[in-house]
Amino acid sequence: MNNALDTARRTLLAPAGLDETDLDRLLGQILTHRVDYADLYFQYSRHESWSLEEGQVKSGSYNVEQGVGVRAVSGEKTGFAYSDEILLPALSDAATAARAIARSGASAGMPVRQRSGAVPKLYAPLDPLASLEDAAKVKLLETVEAEAKRADPRVTQVMASLSGVQEVILVARSDGGLAADVRPLVRLNVTVIVEANGRRETGSHGGGGRVSYQYFLENDYARTYAREAVRQALVNLDADDAPAGSMQVVLGPGWPGILLHEAIGHGLEGDFNRKGTSAFAGMVGQQVAARGVTVVDDGTLADRRGSLNVDDEGTPTQKTVLIEDGILKGYLQDTLNARLMGVAPTGNGRRESYAHMPLPRMTNTYMLPGIRDPREIIASVEKGLYAVNFGGGQVDITNGKFVFSASEAYLIENGKVTRPVKGATLIGNGPDVLTRVTMVGNDLALDSGVGTCGKDGQSVPVGVGQPTLLIDGLTVGGTQQQ
Amino acid sequence: MTTTSRAKNTTASSEQLKALVGDVLAEAKRQGASSAEASVSVNQGLSVTVRLGEVETVEHNRDKGLALTLFFGKQSGSASTSDLSPAAVRDCVRAAATIARYTAADEFSGLADPDQLAREIPDLDLYYPWNPSVEQAIELSLACEDAARAVDARITNSEGATVYSYESTDVYGNSHGFLGATATTRHGISCAVIGQDDSGMQRDYWYTAARDRADLEAAAAVGKKAAERSVRRLGGRKLSTRQIPVIYEAPVASSLLSHFVGAIRGSSLYRRSSFLLDHLGKPVFAPQVRIHEQPFLKKALGSTPFDNDGVAPANRDIVRDGILQGYVLDVYSARKLGLRSTGNAGGVHNLTIEPGDQDLAGLLRQMGTGLLVTELIGFGVNGVTGDYSRGAAGFWVENGAIQYPVEEITIAGNLKDMFRGLVAVGNDVDPSGNIRTGSILIESMTLAGS
Repeated sequence: MNNALDTARRTLLAPAGLDETDLDRLLGQILTHRVDYADLYFQYSRHESWSLEEGQVKSGSYNVEQGVGVRAVSGEKTGFAYSDEILLPALSDAATAARAIARSGASAGMPVRQRSGAVPKLYAPLDPLASLEDAAKVKLLETVEAEAKRADPRVTQVMASLSGVQEVILVARSDGGLAADVRPLVRLNVTVIVEANGRRETGSHGGGGRVSYQYFLENDYARTYAREAVRQALVNLDADDAPAGSMQVVLGPGWPGILLHEAIGHGLEGDFNRKGTSAFAGMVGQQVAARGVTVVDDGTLADRRGSLNVDDEGTPTQKTVLIEDGILKGYLQDTLNARLMGVAPTGNGRRESYAHMPLPRMTNTYMLPGIRDPREIIASVEKGLYAVNFGGGQVDITNGKFVFSASEAYLIENGKVTRPVKGATLIGNGPDVLTRVTMVGNDLALDSGVGTCGKDGQSVPVGVGQPTLLIDGLTVGGTQQQ
Repeated sequence: MTTTSRAKNTTASSEQLKALVGDVLAEAKRQGASSAEASVSVNQGLSVTVRLGEVETVEHNRDKGLALTLFFGKQSGSASTSDLSPAAVRDCVRAAATIARYTAADEFSGLADPDQLAREIPDLDLYYPWNPSVEQAIELSLACEDAARAVDARITNSEGATVYSYESTDVYGNSHGFLGATATTRHGISCAVIGQDDSGMQRDYWYTAARDRADLEAAAAVGKKAAERSVRRLGGRKLSTRQIPVIYEAPVASSLLSHFVGAIRGSSLYRRSSFLLDHLGKPVFAPQVRIHEQPFLKKALGSTPFDNDGVAPANRDIVRDGILQGYVLDVYSARKLGLRSTGNAGGVHNLTIEPGDQDLAGLLRQMGTGLLVTELIGFGVNGVTGDYSRGAAGFWVENGAIQYPVEEITIAGNLKDMFRGLVAVGNDVDPSGNIRTGSILIESMTLAGS
């Protein structure tokens, strides 16, 4: 009994009077042209969001989206069309448009349809929107506000939002594969403004995962997140200007793992490496990180924001070793790039929605822990920066240059964490930054569930993590010349 | 390639969409809303990418959507759907009504006052359908990429050239009786190629976009420019940390104005989360700076006859003689601040910083020694404090002449100081963007490097 598949049939196919023979017929219609591969991606999603400012939940929104994306692949060519009507004539139009990428002529026939076997259950197929009464959602946000205001009188503004998504997907592939997934996702976020002596600062925190809203209640996260946002804002209220120049940088555990995402994550995506446009192209087997550094992408972590039972091409996710003891082992692959590179897909084919084409993307990327005590790492630094919280980052995958911007950082002087300094952008070079990791902490942590990754205009939820790290020589983009 | 049958061409007429908005507002009333607003949009288009002389993707786009907000007195709820069937519309209205039961009464909520709504809806000449066939789009993409690859032997690889054409019909209506429609088109060509030599690989790109296909730069010119921009970056060096003047090349200079708009947006002001709080009537830029908005420019990408609240925008100065003349407000934030909407629900319209009379070469001479920035990465801008720190790449300049490419550096400062230290704006303006600026010379910033 495959519950996800039943739910998907009921949600996506039954209302339009479709069944699997219709899907086979549509795929057959595409296979009258010379294509290597084709798939149909059905998606239904419900999304809600509640937001609070000035002590009141003044707005809320609810969104429903559904549709089907039709893709035909011939060699390196992809034809893609989609419809927001799940109806046979619209699907047939889309199939006709997509298959035009290839000449007419028979492809290999459709093999017998196979359902994906034992589908893992990394998260419950629940509906987060229904997991809490609306009045309780409002109350949760009011708790955030009250706690932030209670935490410190210098808090002048609290903005909080709660959002939930339920997504049901079904993928039917021309190689006979059929897979479905029911994906919950929730998130709670808080941003505060603090003000004192004419100076204003901001702090934010949040979290979530593939769980119900009960996650926030059971763990009292509304209050925890509020206090953390206030703490960060107050640290920044006292911060001096950040230093400028190259120095030793200690990155804290958890969310600073966006270092990995920007420095190597995007550069190891299969499409860029197949095309030779990544600074990491052709480097499998070479040393790209210091010995002792092992980085994995793992879509199979229970309940995590970046996890998927199957990816958006129906491939089960897995734990993929990207860097092992400093050596580059492989790339993140979807089916198209895996086929063209002659390797197996890694369950990293992801898309924002039915209206977007799948691309190789990360799930949860993190570095395995080392042996150092984090206190020992800080104590080893004579003069440097200790960065523990970050905003976003970006990378130019071709020349490998990447940035990520600290939102909470401190100076390290003579082995001790001293004054807070304002956020600054850190810049480095992906293929060599990890070779300058000289110490790896024993305190691996994953982020709290807030990551969103953008590529080609498509956003997908992801996770990152790492232990405390010492990097010998990273450029810190502050304003104070040393 | 065989002849391609396009996904069926079914752009709904604006009359059909207006009727749908009317139905939605009627349904909202039926479900007890005291007032309501709704917008419907239908988009369709084609996007074709070629890479290394071969077709890579052919993408057919068709989207539609309904978004609505219901008010029950001062309580409100919003909902949206991509399904426009009568049953889905009813569900959508019901969802918004349910939400409104749980939201708090907000004295500032509600539609625009009737006297603020746009009375006339001028034709701004924004609709120039093209409907290229897949073959035409491929041919043009190939011409673009071929031109790029012919520029220099060091162009060794490509991310491809893309040609797209989209058209959209948007209708907004509310229960004050406002009902307006716009039909718009947007076409473009873009190209990204990779240069390579012993120093490594560099990627850069160029693009052109316009309402009217006839206003696009030639495909070959786009490709040539993309290739020249990639090749000139080869051999980039790091610089040591220093204090220097900086020129933002026009394509990246627009980001400075985006940060400015973010700081004078109503929502940033009433939340007190802006580094330009309480600056109305005060100097925020150097005294020669004028920044104005031109919402009614014919054929421009940022033009609109009414904003997302149905309010008419206006030709107006936002900064004159360096002094802040007005904010960027929608109906809600204006009410919160005790002001009138400036017609900016959804953003600014053709924001223009008055150009000076020098071209980029002239600006380089004026700067003498410093940094020409051609690319910025990262999001290191704090809108509350104005603290600014971003990754940069560009060229080191001495005696007004470009010396060599630089990379893996950051530039930092505070936006308040940077705006006050804005020395000059070039006349090298790209008229196709919603933010129109030439290159911008800033007096002093901190460059961090090796």
